[in-house]
Amino acid sequence: MPKPDIGKGGQCVEDTQWMRKNHMHLLKHQRDEVIRKGARDEKLSLKNCIECHASTRDDSVIARDDSFCVACHRYEAVKIDCFECHSGKRKSAWLQRNTK
Amino acid sequence: MNGIDIQRRGFLKTSLGVAAVAIAPGILLFDLAHGKPEAASSKVRWGMLIDTAQCKTGCNDCVTACNKENGLSGGTGATDSQWIRKIELKDTGSGRELSLPMMCQHCEHPPCVDVCPTTASFKRADGIVLVDKHRCIGCRYCMMACPYKARSFVHEPLHDQNPDVPRGKGTVESCTLCVHRVDQGMQPACAEACPNKAILFGDLNDPESEIAKKVRSVASVQVRADLRLNPGIRYQGL
Repeated sequence: MPKPDIGKGGQCVEDTQWMRKNHMHLLKHQRDEVIRKGARDEKLSLKNCIECHASTRDDSVIARDDSFCVACHRYEAVKIDCFECHSGKRKSAWLQRNTK
Repeated sequence: MNGIDIQRRGFLKTSLGVAAVAIAPGILLFDLAHGKPEAASSKVRWGMLIDTAQCKTGCNDCVTACNKENGLSGGTGATDSQWIRKIELKDTGSGRELSLPMMCQHCEHPPCVDVCPTTASFKRADGIVLVDKHRCIGCRYCMMACPYKARSFVHEPLHDQNPDVPRGKGTVESCTLCVHRVDQGMQPACAEACPNKAILFGDLNDPESEIAKKVRSVASVQVRADLRLNPGIRYQGL
């Protein structure tokens, strides 16, 4: 079984088991709400997920084989293309590197 | 074999039940998602008034700010993304010279939206014209349709994007009016960076806003107004 690095972790949307099964529906629903309607629900934003679930070691959800998103998705052989456009890094870490 | 079939039937039965249970709270959750942070309103029409008299020749601050905010390389080659460009104009008759920034004009009737085969190109309720990269197939019809040459295509894989500005290879992109900043109540990066305050950003529909007052009181034009696209970007002194 995969052992993902859950980063800071915690629960803000639904319990772990529910999220394991349904996170993709939330993300897909949320993306249309945000970009097409402009309704930004911070709680369901991908950026917010990453903020807590990025590894405390490298601030990323995709950098390593046991990173939060990679671990299960590799195990299940489900390819995600979110991060071809979206940043897989915690915003605070990105800001630190890119301010001035 | 038979044993497996019965097991499978049982599994399918229970999973149907589980799905029904799972859908119910899901719908509730989605409703909550609509609720609190309200969607962009059609009562608002975001726009800009650019005062060409204040825009200095040789100054590139708006372009630099845009590149930094949106993670553009800053290159001006054929395959580099440019969301905002500085244009230098010279009237050959009078010799009058002008400098102004050009970007997506955020039309009320955007041709890029008309031609998009996947409805990736769309206009938000508040007048901001965007590309939904989840739907963009990179056909580039919109780039052909845009009379302002405002759109760019991403040719190379990108890394380390701004978390607020997702960009990726194979999609078309253009000025978003810094929608991620506007939604937070901030100004677009170019307007904020202009040292001469040549770019005035605001709600054209709000009669009390600074931009609406100025548009009422000074002469301003839309570029290629003859096309009747009613752009949200207006130029003063052009």
